[in-house]
Amino acid sequence: MSEPRLLSIEGLSAVSDRDNGAPILRDVSLAVAPGEIHGLVGESGAGKSTIARAILGMTPRTVRITQGAIILGNTELLSLDARQLRRLLGAEVALIPQDPLTALNPSRRIEAQMTDGLRMWKGHSAKSARERALTLLDEVQMREPERVMRCYPHELSGGMRQRVLIAAAFALEPKLVIADEPTTALDVTVQKQILKLIRAMQARHKTGAIFVTHDLGVVAQICDRVTLLYQGKVMEHGLTADLLLKPRHAYTKALVRATPRYDRPVDGLIPVPDAVIAACRAEIAGFDGATHG
Amino acid sequence: MAEPLLSAQNLVIGYRRAAFGASQPIVPVVKGVSLSIARGEVVGIVGESGSGKTTLGRALLGLIAPMSGSIAFDGTPVSGLDEQRMRPLRRRMQMIFQDPMSSLNPRHRIRRILTAPLLLHKVARTMREADQQAAMTLERVGLPPGVLTRYPHEISGGQRQRVGIARAIMLKPDFVLADEIVSGLDVSTQAQVLRLIGALTREMGLAMAFISHDLSVIRAICDRVIVMRQGEIVEEGACDVVFDAPRAAYTRSLIDAIPLPVPDSTWLTRVDVAA
Repeated sequence: MSEPRLLSIEGLSAVSDRDNGAPILRDVSLAVAPGEIHGLVGESGAGKSTIARAILGMTPRTVRITQGAIILGNTELLSLDARQLRRLLGAEVALIPQDPLTALNPSRRIEAQMTDGLRMWKGHSAKSARERALTLLDEVQMREPERVMRCYPHELSGGMRQRVLIAAAFALEPKLVIADEPTTALDVTVQKQILKLIRAMQARHKTGAIFVTHDLGVVAQICDRVTLLYQGKVMEHGLTADLLLKPRHAYTKALVRATPRYDRPVDGLIPVPDAVIAACRAEIAGFDGATHG
Repeated sequence: MAEPLLSAQNLVIGYRRAAFGASQPIVPVVKGVSLSIARGEVVGIVGESGSGKTTLGRALLGLIAPMSGSIAFDGTPVSGLDEQRMRPLRRRMQMIFQDPMSSLNPRHRIRRILTAPLLLHKVARTMREADQQAAMTLERVGLPPGVLTRYPHEISGGQRQRVGIARAIMLKPDFVLADEIVSGLDVSTQAQVLRLIGALTREMGLAMAFISHDLSVIRAICDRVIVMRQGEIVEEGACDVVFDAPRAAYTRSLIDAIPLPVPDSTWLTRVDVAA
């Protein structure tokens, strides 16, 4: 590939220390270009959140990365110590988490939480950080930003909290934003507003993004490229339209058909056939056999 | 139309706010809802958070007393029944919960979870009879017999939801309330559970109220849909009609907000009708 890369993951493998060294990620490679939204898709156990956490250096203690590299710009992240990683990521990578309530400190006002990063990383004074925070809240179309700044998280609705987190994520002008199922907990109408917002902010700031989701509908509408995982292994990757409209892997085809659609009548749904799952498992067993045997 | 199995007239349901001293006014969550469900009919109840769909469902089962209005199940008024007179009805109306992990007793093996209601309602006279029926039902929902000796935490999420379904149909009810039963499941498991629900309702002539926030899921199994917003019904009708030509602007905006798994460059920027 000749296009510039913002992030590349090369041959990433991880095992669970809790589960007898069972593989969690199996030789995962992907690349994110600047200004692109890259979907990380799969069912539970696919390893999509593990990848997102590995980029952020937030891998749980029970997960051990055994191989591979994560390269942001020109820096390999896995070889950095905690301090170096923190310095690099703090300014360049931001996270939009799934649950906006647990991600915000319940005992601090929005203003304090939004200005922390600006003061720590961008050298803002209290006053200029406040002004920047207000501008950002305005960018995410928050009504009454002045009032919101004085609120505690519990005083805001789920959609408003997610707007605050999106504003905070883009506050430091990161190069990469990692969105981990950011709309799963929201009502559909709010989800659409939030997706629109993430797309707009990402385009305006020319930020690259990794978008973790299990929803193929969300993928179709927001991602430029997709990597589809099953049990920690990449099953198929490519441009979103190719992957969804002309899937090559049997698993991709089956998942698309198993997704309920409001425009398909009763019984239009075909569950993923057991044979497809068996084939996926065989593929994974074959991979494990080749790497360990 | 034949006599409906379940009918509700002008239901108003509210919760008293917990407060010290003077009692607080009751805030209605469901504001004058009427509906009826025929035998064997699968009715979807859809709405966003705060629409009152869950509260309505619980009232239909007699789990919450409405402030006003009436509910009748097979001709018998449900509201105001005491525990003793409610019990025969309870056998005929069952519930499948959203989160089987918190609705299945973690200290009981699946065998006990499935057989207890049979013995309680004297549907089975002996433990042996109860065991037989449990094994049959388990097979019907597509679970291996080995599950009987497991605890809820020892089986997968999809299997747990099948146990929840098995428990609900053990007593051969006429009506089942299913509240967001597939929202925590993966797509492949979700499709299997939806297919199972569809087959069971047809085979058993089961009526069902299927509560969900997801119109796509409702379309996959329901005959009719009721769209709720802030405690009121905004639209109802046959799924084919409502989905193809929604009359209420709110229904249209709900449908427009669902992303289909087909890339559409105009979807994100399309203006919401009712926004």
